Amino acid sequence: MELIDQRTKKIMEGCKERARDAGLRFDSETLEYIVTNRDLIELTPKLMIPNLYDYWVHDVEVLREKGRYELYPSNPYETVINTRPAISYYNDNNPDWLNVMIFYHVLGHIDFFQNNLFFRHTWDYDFNGRALSDKRLIANLRAEKGRWVDYTIEFTRGIDNLVGYYNELSRVHRPAPARPDSRLDYYFDVFLQTVKGVRTHEYVKEVERYNRCKKELGGLGDQAFFSEIAAKHPEFEALYRKHLTRKDGRRADLIQFLIENSPFLQKEDNRWMRSIMEVVHGASMFFQPQIRTKILNEGWASYWHERLFLQDDRIRGHEVEFARVNSGVTVMPRVGLNPYALGMLLLYHVEELAEKGRLSYEFDSLADADKRKIFDRKTGQGKEVLFKVREDFSDFTFINSFVDQDFINKHQLFVVGRRLNQQRMVWEYYVRSRKAEDYRQMLLDQLYHPPHIQIDRALAAEGTLYLVHHFEGKPLVADFIPNTMLGIEYLWGGPVKLETTEAVASPVGQPGIGYGPSDAGERVDLQKQVQFRRVVYTMQNRKLSKQDL
Amino acid sequence: MDQQLERLLDELRLGGLEPAQEKLLRAEIEGAGVHGIATGESGPAEGGGIRPARRAYDWHDLPVLQDLFPSANPFLQCLRSIDELLERDNQREKDGFPRKIRVGRLIKPGKGGKDKVVVVPTTVEEKFVHDTSTTPQDDEKASGGSGEGEEGEVIGEQPVREETEAGAGGAGQGQGGPHEMESSAYDLGRILTEKFQLPNLKDKGKKRSFTRYTYDLTDRHRGFGQVLDKKATLRQILETNIHLGNVPDVDDIDPSRLLISPDDMIYRILSKEKDYESQAMVFFLRDYSGSMSGKPTEVVVAQHVLIYSWLLYQYARQVESRFVLHDTSAKEVPDFYTYYNSKVAGGTLVASAYRLVNEIVDKENLQRDYNIYVFHGTDGDDFDTDGKEMLPELTKMMQYASRVGITVAKFVMGTPDGTEMERYLGKSHLLEQKPELLRMDAMPQDADEARIIAGIKKLIS
Repeated sequence: MELIDQRTKKIMEGCKERARDAGLRFDSETLEYIVTNRDLIELTPKLMIPNLYDYWVHDVEVLREKGRYELYPSNPYETVINTRPAISYYNDNNPDWLNVMIFYHVLGHIDFFQNNLFFRHTWDYDFNGRALSDKRLIANLRAEKGRWVDYTIEFTRGIDNLVGYYNELSRVHRPAPARPDSRLDYYFDVFLQTVKGVRTHEYVKEVERYNRCKKELGGLGDQAFFSEIAAKHPEFEALYRKHLTRKDGRRADLIQFLIENSPFLQKEDNRWMRSIMEVVHGASMFFQPQIRTKILNEGWASYWHERLFLQDDRIRGHEVEFARVNSGVTVMPRVGLNPYALGMLLLYHVEELAEKGRLSYEFDSLADADKRKIFDRKTGQGKEVLFKVREDFSDFTFINSFVDQDFINKHQLFVVGRRLNQQRMVWEYYVRSRKAEDYRQMLLDQLYHPPHIQIDRALAAEGTLYLVHHFEGKPLVADFIPNTMLGIEYLWGGPVKLETTEAVASPVGQPGIGYGPSDAGERVDLQKQVQFRRVVYTMQNRKLSKQDL
Repeated sequence: MDQQLERLLDELRLGGLEPAQEKLLRAEIEGAGVHGIATGESGPAEGGGIRPARRAYDWHDLPVLQDLFPSANPFLQCLRSIDELLERDNQREKDGFPRKIRVGRLIKPGKGGKDKVVVVPTTVEEKFVHDTSTTPQDDEKASGGSGEGEEGEVIGEQPVREETEAGAGGAGQGQGGPHEMESSAYDLGRILTEKFQLPNLKDKGKKRSFTRYTYDLTDRHRGFGQVLDKKATLRQILETNIHLGNVPDVDDIDPSRLLISPDDMIYRILSKEKDYESQAMVFFLRDYSGSMSGKPTEVVVAQHVLIYSWLLYQYARQVESRFVLHDTSAKEVPDFYTYYNSKVAGGTLVASAYRLVNEIVDKENLQRDYNIYVFHGTDGDDFDTDGKEMLPELTKMMQYASRVGITVAKFVMGTPDGTEMERYLGKSHLLEQKPELLRMDAMPQDADEARIIAGIKKLIS
């Protein structure tokens, strides 16, 4: 990989100036590389991060047909990488006008990476630099521990989609607590309830005792109250101090929980594994916001490359070529979803709404269709609102807030359904709905959503790692459960249980006779009658068993 | 053709047919479709054709903006490191973890389906992820669209077959022709043998000469040579002396009186020898009737690719393969490519294929020179419901074949006592009588690779 030449770099710098003038905000240093096909071969499995750690699976073609993006929450062929400085990749024979368009697109992404709050946790360090040190760490360990390093990577990657991304975000965004938990809070909220597990009447008795102390002794009430506790529970002071120093462990995700609590990983011989798990955890955390902002991010970059390119005075005369390429990027297909087009159109829509003051209670409460049509307060706030959206929204909130009927009508959008025509033996694609709520629901259904799996801490304390999968309408891919659990069992060093929901095939109809396409319709019906039941998988000594709940 | 089928159906009905069976047969006969070669391109059909929808996450900057795709090279690199991968996999097993490398996927790298066909080791990274297959199919396929059209209006269509055609999804148009396929299949065979410890074949002793030679001290030569053959020399000396009348009493020979001529010395001399190797002829039979649409074909074809590769490796490429497709009648096709890619249609008469194989073997007198293997893949349906045509052919076949392996890829919730073929084969007791010659493996049609390989073991061990 080599950097782009000075002349092209100069064009990029010109783009930066114009983008800044338009209101985008980003670091001034960026790195642009020319990539060849050969480079791409190496970069693609490493998710375009040049320094990502080595792992043998990167050298093997990975089967991805099953829930591909669910397994790999990242963009395999992205142009821009969210590092400091931001890295972007270019074909070496792009004409200048095309590079200008791509530069603006890239600057849109960089602006998004560096301002959208869902990326907050990636702002304070350079991922590529950290990846390099991680890569060296893993290489060193591999020299020492051999294949066990790869097992550790493998097993940790098996659960790296369950990282507590929102925990991390809320930790980053939450203001520091004004005051640490007072001794009193700890006594009543944690000590009595969790540590001692007292009954309600005892708890009430303690509250009464405290009130009595306060009333009788005034300022000395607390002291008297706690001196009595110290006599009754000598361990209280020590526990309280421990509580103060403890991190917010309650909100650890599975990998963090294992790092902190796994008896297996606490052993002297295995402690090194924890640093590898940290590396995998960090990498996963880094990619989380990307997939959750795909539509908004691409829309934002497309919005700006279109705007800024057309205003750029340096490349006059290439409008037609630009139009041809741009339409390939930003036109909604007849069937299918183009995140570039969808995001961009929705941003234009939001801008218009804001410009006319329609993002207001006044407009919402207006029932008259004609009045709604001409409603225009000329607020001039379009840009301001756009930048706000870029800062505060993710795909979910973006779609959920702004896909409305006007938007659907304006761009003639609809939900496509597919059904079988038995006479002609074809799948027919038809317009299923033009309602905004259906379209919105269709979009939301397609968004990345890893399963929600929680740890039962009480049971974990007794040696069994008990995971609870909260069922949200879809079961887990059954084929993947055994090996994933095997990995967790290895890292935990004891039995692992997973409580989940699975589909029960209901013996309806006569599936024995009939096959082939003629009754594919029946099969659809069969699938609609799926029933679910709760089951518990147990992985113990590398053997998987299953019980109904 | 249709009339022929109708007549066949009538005959069967006269022979007594349950209503359920008749419905089944009728469905198959009436199912639209003709045999043809799947092109491997699932592009839009002409007129209102439509491509399967792309989802939001299928779009990426490099392809969209700069037309940059990673090229096909990694796959070839992968093949080079296959030994390392297999070793790693073996080590995994020793460490008590399941194997991770899978093989046997034929994929078309690159765009447009014009690239070479290669065999690629693959793996999958297991995680807890949502399974979308249990949601109603309809919803899963829901997507966005834009443009004109009333609610309920059909805006485009896509042939069903294309999507479910196994051959089409699997193999592609091999630019380099059969040779590419062979060389990668050989690699696959090697991998299979090493990885899954598939059994080695027994040398059956049937020989056929090749143009290959080895050099050995086998020829005898009088007068000079490399090594003296003492026994032969002694015999020659004795013979000369008898002729000379030098041996008065053959029961009492005094060796010291024998005359020895230099001409009597017999030597072994280094000479060129033809080498003989055992040779295999494999018949692949595939049911390409209408009922095989989709999954069953996928399973059968995948398994046949694997068997083909394995035999290719076992016999060091000295395998000749013949490919037979059958519905109600059978035909031989020239190459694996056609075999692999032919589309399904029509009814089923298993006997037709077996009869054709018997005829070929008979006509070409193959059993003299070859180890003959027959592998048949079907979904177990047969219009000949009690096998009265099929069983005699099979019995005849078992007289010469080294192994007949039948794979039944059956519909998951099939009839409890098995498919028709399973039933009549069970009744015939051939399976128990000649386990070394005839094997049958019935697997669900959604069998995974591990199951398919287990099936191969069952068929050929």
